[in-house]
Amino acid sequence: MAATDQSKIRNFCIIAHIDHGKSTLADRIIEKTGLLTSREMQAQVLDNMELERERGITIKAQTVRIVYRAKDGEEYIFNLIDTPGHVDFNYEVSRSLAACDGAILVVDAAQGIEAQTLANVYLALDHDLDVLPVINKIDLPSAEPERVIEEIEDVIGLEAQDAPRISAKTGLNIEDVLEQIVEKIPAPGGNPENPLQALIFDSLYDSYKGVIVFCRIKEGRVKVGTTIKMMATGASADVVEVGYFGAGQFIPCEELSAGMVGYITASLKNVRDTQVGDTVTDADRPCSAPLPGYKKVNSMVFCGMYPADGAKYPDLRDALEKLQLNDAALQFEPETSIALGFGFRCGFLGLLHLEIIQERLEREYGLDLVTTAPGVIYKVHKANGEIIELTNPSNLPDPAEIEYMEEPMVSAEIMVTSEYIGAIMDLCQERRGIYISMEYMEETRALLKYELPLNEIIYDFFDALKSRSRGYASFDYEMKGYARSELVKLDILINKEEVDALSFIVHSGTAYERGRKMCEKLKEEIPRHLFEIPIQAAIGSKVIARETVKAMRKDVLAKCYGGDISRKRKLLEKQKEGKKRMRQVGNVEVPQKAFMSVLKLDDR
Amino acid sequence: MTDKKELELYLHIPFCIRKCNYCDFLSMPADEGVYIQYADMLLEELKEKAGVCREYQAITVFLGGGTPSLLPEGQISRILGGVQEYFSLSPNAEVTIECNPGTLDRQKLSAYQKSGVNRLSIGLQSAINQELGLLGRIHTFQQFEENFALARDIGFQNINIDLISGLPRQTLRDWEYTLEKVMDLEPEHISAYSLIVEPGTPFYETYGEDEQRREQGGHPQYLPEEETERDMYQRTKALLEEKGYRRYEISNYARQGRECRHNIGYWRRTPYLGFGLGSASLLEETRFSNPSSLKEYLEGNYTRLGPVLHKGPSAKGTGAASEREWQERQTEGEGYWKLSREQQMEEFMFLGLRMAEGVSKVGFQAAFGINMEGPYGKPLQEFQKQGLLAQQGDAVFLTEEGIAVSNYVLGGFLL
Repeated sequence: MAATDQSKIRNFCIIAHIDHGKSTLADRIIEKTGLLTSREMQAQVLDNMELERERGITIKAQTVRIVYRAKDGEEYIFNLIDTPGHVDFNYEVSRSLAACDGAILVVDAAQGIEAQTLANVYLALDHDLDVLPVINKIDLPSAEPERVIEEIEDVIGLEAQDAPRISAKTGLNIEDVLEQIVEKIPAPGGNPENPLQALIFDSLYDSYKGVIVFCRIKEGRVKVGTTIKMMATGASADVVEVGYFGAGQFIPCEELSAGMVGYITASLKNVRDTQVGDTVTDADRPCSAPLPGYKKVNSMVFCGMYPADGAKYPDLRDALEKLQLNDAALQFEPETSIALGFGFRCGFLGLLHLEIIQERLEREYGLDLVTTAPGVIYKVHKANGEIIELTNPSNLPDPAEIEYMEEPMVSAEIMVTSEYIGAIMDLCQERRGIYISMEYMEETRALLKYELPLNEIIYDFFDALKSRSRGYASFDYEMKGYARSELVKLDILINKEEVDALSFIVHSGTAYERGRKMCEKLKEEIPRHLFEIPIQAAIGSKVIARETVKAMRKDVLAKCYGGDISRKRKLLEKQKEGKKRMRQVGNVEVPQKAFMSVLKLDDR
Repeated sequence: MTDKKELELYLHIPFCIRKCNYCDFLSMPADEGVYIQYADMLLEELKEKAGVCREYQAITVFLGGGTPSLLPEGQISRILGGVQEYFSLSPNAEVTIECNPGTLDRQKLSAYQKSGVNRLSIGLQSAINQELGLLGRIHTFQQFEENFALARDIGFQNINIDLISGLPRQTLRDWEYTLEKVMDLEPEHISAYSLIVEPGTPFYETYGEDEQRREQGGHPQYLPEEETERDMYQRTKALLEEKGYRRYEISNYARQGRECRHNIGYWRRTPYLGFGLGSASLLEETRFSNPSSLKEYLEGNYTRLGPVLHKGPSAKGTGAASEREWQERQTEGEGYWKLSREQQMEEFMFLGLRMAEGVSKVGFQAAFGINMEGPYGKPLQEFQKQGLLAQQGDAVFLTEEGIAVSNYVLGGFLL
């Protein structure tokens, strides 16, 4: 590629509330600029993980370089950086934004501004990005573009009168978006002659190329042979290849210079050497200071992950190490459980992050996992003055040694239409929320602010919120320190045996209720055995709830139809397959999913 | 003659006047034109398959359905004529036809007898007319009684009666009544199955949820309680034994020497060939099935034996297939599943254990050249410890308790 005129580059991302059409717009832009013909387009090109397509969400930031011939006759290089939309991935979003000069804000013409719209816009403005609003889904019968434009102006304070009114689905008015990208998003700054300063916004492990670092060159240039250095981790290596992002492929080029977005491979084999947010510089001619904003991401939610087959423990470790490369927020350390054997205590940004890692381990690495109840980090203040950061309930000290405990809190913003305010306030109340304020954004919609304990929202809060508001509530949160709380450890006994992997920390006020629901849920999950199985919940030695799985008394195969043995075999094999997904607890077979499903207890 | 290998023949007649509410068999209503076309195709299939099975001798023939007795007797005679013409049939072969009350008359029964049928299997299901109505049967108990008397009068001396227990709202007393009425007629054989609520049937729509509740240990609303079902099963054995019927298989009872040889073949893994729509075969340790689409079958699409017998060109598909391929191709009505040695052992166990006398250790050793304890030491030991299996001399068999939860036990023999 010939040297690129810096003034013809536009680096931008698309931000939106979930389902407002971010990925569809990205697809349309790629299609319109002719990078792929529509025949080649597979819907949502950028969401290339199977999981992303299935869930309709973006998990990993994805980047693509597009050439656009504008109406002024010039060719422009667009670097589109697709960002994750979920609150769990805030840090990734923040790093992606730092690689951009502008952002397209997609707002649904029917739904208007939602909680994540606000959160994302504020994040973009924090990074000094020029925000270009786009009104999507104007083809919907319920679309009210003018109302939404007013809302954007009133609530966010963003000029939006000439925002393109588009339908990403049908491709209507996409040209307007492309032209406005050229007009309204600034060309990148930076001087190619300065020392190299590049921001890592993502990285990927490739078994042939090693670590592939995705970066935005802020200053200077980098090419094959440059010795680069990671400023935070200190790792250095010689550059093997640089290039930019085609649709679904890497295209090598001679060099990357200030203003460009591209990738670097540099014979880095250690997955921990490249951390999202770190600054890459030239080891021989380093820049004076790293780019701002790098922080080590802290996990918020913890759970135990165990291989269903104990022999797969090393495989699980390898897989976690590989995933960690692309995901600085994933943490893990070895632990053991009496019920589950050897595994890892893993830290995540949130429950979605946890579920995604779990699914990726299962699908991409073919691992069969048992996951324990997720928990948060509790601070245990012991009488002797020691403070323990507790991530595994089994490690809780004897209650006699504990002076008090603290739990993490979040500030939550919930946007909801007025008819569901009551229902949502009830929900927050049940989850031990502290009401802060309520403002009406417009006549029929309000923004509720609550302080909530993190451990009350990590399980199923989002699902509960959606179901109780019929999908009309949206939600965003940020961490807000620790607060003292009355917490107890709830133990579960199956057939009189305590199952360490099922123990969890809970507020004393809700312990009874939780214990009862856990027992009910386990009763549903545990298949009948030839003997009766009591399931009990206990605090210390006090049993607070009990259920019983009745003994199986009859289970006989049906008639053999015209010698069709395959049917019988299938039945028996299904039964055997089910058994494989069981964990032996004493003499009871507990389905692996029971360890996780006991968390989804909201029964409304 | 005896140097020929034993073979069983199953012929499927997939037609019924109407489908019963619990039935998920391959059956459908059709008109007489179709019956004749179908019989033509069966004859073609018999002829072709017999042509490549010369080293086999048929020891049993079973006409099952659907309702074979729905066909005009002339068609049955043609079909059985074909069997005799094309196959070498053992002189004392057991030849059974399934019949349903409401489709039988003297003319048909006489024709069957003349065609070589020596065993009748009559689908009664219940002696209570209200229950027959619930099941969607087309007959009453009285019609059955008339048919039965007629069959005896014509000279049938080997008759089975099919019954179903565990019907919705059925009490233990109801079931005993049915058993008593049937025993009064002194049939040679009784099959007594527990109702299985199969997906895709009208019963599933109505009772599917109820069954699931029961399966999970809850109380059913319409179906009998699990304990009641157990009682029904135990009462069946007790009552029938008093009258000289022995339970020789989980759901089958017979007077001495009147056990159904054809069905025993399935449990003992005697080779068998299926003819007609959707029917299954086991030959040379290979399992395969015919297509289940009537249209396809009538166009001559049935599974050829070439690939199994390793002679002649493979008409369809290849030889041995992996299980997955096999399953995929089964849906298209073709494909062969060559059983691995392990799968043969599994079948030996999970099919054989359905027999009251169980499986023979010597038999296992003879078939596979290894001790049964080798692959199955652990389940044999554990199930015996749990009182689900017992051993006597050479035989390993299910105990009463083991039969009640046989699914669980049989599953333990998959490797």
